[in-house]
Amino acid sequence: MDAGLAGQYLLNGLMLGLIYAMVAVGFTLFFGVLDVIKFSHGDVVMVGAFVALAVAGGLNAIGTTLPLLLLLAATLAALGSMALLGALIAKFLVLPLRKAPPLNTLLITLMLGLALREAVRLFYPNGSNPKPFPHLLPTGSWSSGSFSLRADSATLFVAGILAIVAVHAVVNRTRLGLAIRAVAQDPETARVMGVDFERTVMITFGIGSALAALAGVTNGLYYNEINFGMGLWLGVIGFSAAVVGGLGNLYGAILGGFLFAALQTIGAIWFSVPAYKDVFAFAAIILLMAWKPTGLIAEKTAERV
Amino acid sequence: MGMGRSSIVTLLLGIAACGLGVWLFLEVEAQWAVVAVAGAVALALFLADRLGLRARFEAAASTRRSLASALGVLAVLIVALVLHESHFALLMLATVALYATVCLGLTVQFGFAGIANFAGAAFFGIGCYATAVLATQTALPHLLVIFLAGIASALIGSVLILPMLRTRGHYAALITIAFGILFKTFLEVNDALGGPQGLKVPGLKILGWSFNDPLHLPWGIEASFYLNYVLVAVLLAAAAFMVVKRVESSWIGLNFDAVRLDETAAAVSGIDIARWKITAFVFGNFLAGMAGAVYAMMSGFIAPNSFTFGDSLILVSIVILGGLGNPLGVLPAALLLLVLPEKLQAIQEYRFLLYALLVILILLFRPQGLMPRRLRSYFSRGARA
Repeated sequence: MDAGLAGQYLLNGLMLGLIYAMVAVGFTLFFGVLDVIKFSHGDVVMVGAFVALAVAGGLNAIGTTLPLLLLLAATLAALGSMALLGALIAKFLVLPLRKAPPLNTLLITLMLGLALREAVRLFYPNGSNPKPFPHLLPTGSWSSGSFSLRADSATLFVAGILAIVAVHAVVNRTRLGLAIRAVAQDPETARVMGVDFERTVMITFGIGSALAALAGVTNGLYYNEINFGMGLWLGVIGFSAAVVGGLGNLYGAILGGFLFAALQTIGAIWFSVPAYKDVFAFAAIILLMAWKPTGLIAEKTAERV
Repeated sequence: MGMGRSSIVTLLLGIAACGLGVWLFLEVEAQWAVVAVAGAVALALFLADRLGLRARFEAAASTRRSLASALGVLAVLIVALVLHESHFALLMLATVALYATVCLGLTVQFGFAGIANFAGAAFFGIGCYATAVLATQTALPHLLVIFLAGIASALIGSVLILPMLRTRGHYAALITIAFGILFKTFLEVNDALGGPQGLKVPGLKILGWSFNDPLHLPWGIEASFYLNYVLVAVLLAAAAFMVVKRVESSWIGLNFDAVRLDETAAAVSGIDIARWKITAFVFGNFLAGMAGAVYAMMSGFIAPNSFTFGDSLILVSIVILGGLGNPLGVLPAALLLLVLPEKLQAIQEYRFLLYALLVILILLFRPQGLMPRRLRSYFSRGARA
């Protein structure tokens, strides 16, 4: 393999890893704050992408053709609506089940994911087929040999990194982040200290879901195609990434995201049949779980009996 | 002795009522009638629970287990005989019995031992594919093939035992989810197993009795060949049910409960957690594999699309709707969830969406399901005798 092709693989892997990391950060935020898994997260990614598609398509239909304006409107609509959806999921599905066994939360959000997926398939116009996603970013590219760097990929990559850094800064540097970390550490004490528990949980779910929407839009802009089933894959991969990294740890989620993308890329180079890359990646994840049952960056806990 | 007779009467009446409900549900064709019967069945189950009739029925059934099982099988066979000409109704009946068998396995895993298995459809699928390969490539007797399909499912599932034992809760859930998706992807790209087109499976043959030929009943009645499969499927489901019920009330079931409710306390009390988790997991997958074997031979054709993550979720939905941990609840839940979309063309397309919403509502408002699991009652046999 020549250097150009290797560079291309590396670039694709990094882009994939970034999308996975954005999804995984959501999983790890929800787990951190409430010790729950919100499995509908992947489908929130998908719905976010469809909202962006619908808004861009709608604005285009009424005569707006400026790509930058379309992009901005579509992205903001996706982020806003998914943040709201995330907060609503927290309020009406996740918080009421706090006293129930933790697997019930996993189940209810698994089913919500299925419902979102089916709703898009059935009710979005022609929703069961893959949809072309418009090119909204400048499309210039720089190439050398078999390696080419597209301007839109570079933009997406930088935007994604900035989004993750921003979430990290919110969690670690603001009063809101302090509340989130307080609730994550001990909900009772946080309440006593005057933290509005329910509001903090809802905001956390909102932030994670907005990041998911951004991942969906990035995915659409990068591949120029979205479909109703993409959320299941992204959800399972994001969940795997968060779990392998160590649930509740922001760095673990990012590490896990890039690790999963690396596994897929290695699989793609090794096997001639493309789908084997996923079989390879998931098999590696199961092995990793057997080796490090609580993830690479494990949460330090002692069980109180 | 008076108590004994009244328990027999309770059993007879209860099973007759269930049989009638099943027959009505399979028989009606008009869309409004299907909705009415499904609603009536759900309402009847709910009322039976509220009025304590179900408790009396279950108590009667637990004092006279063999009789109850025999009567149950007899009732299903009578329903099958009444419907002997309808291919469709018999196919549904056999399918329900086979899915119920898988769900009984899931009940042992999820309901008893607390191991969430989100790859039920994959283990069912392993049974199907093992049967397709064994029945076409070897001359093994088919009864042995069914047994081996169960073994294959249990063995392949054993790959997950180590990661399963080392992880807990959400980490453990990921392992079966990843396995289920990995399995379907693997089937789709594997040309030796037919790829996305799938494989053909020959019909079941036992001692020269070919199950794909019409069944000749006495008095010159010719029944649909599906009646053959109903016989096998119902016997398999009944055997699975009896084993699961006996496991539940035995010391094995007690160990499962301890492991599910509190691993630490169980370990401190000297219960070998690994042993019981492995037992439950392997046993459940074995049941799924055997049910898959019969299903593959009955449908004659299998493809990866029947074993998706969505199908695994339907299996979990059945277990939750029936009442997690109650083997009896699996039966009406499987009947409702599997037959309703086939009967109601209007909802066929929407069934995943509707089930998802249904399970969400159940988890929010009635997490114990249609037929909640009852607490273990000690000394009840002595008290009732």
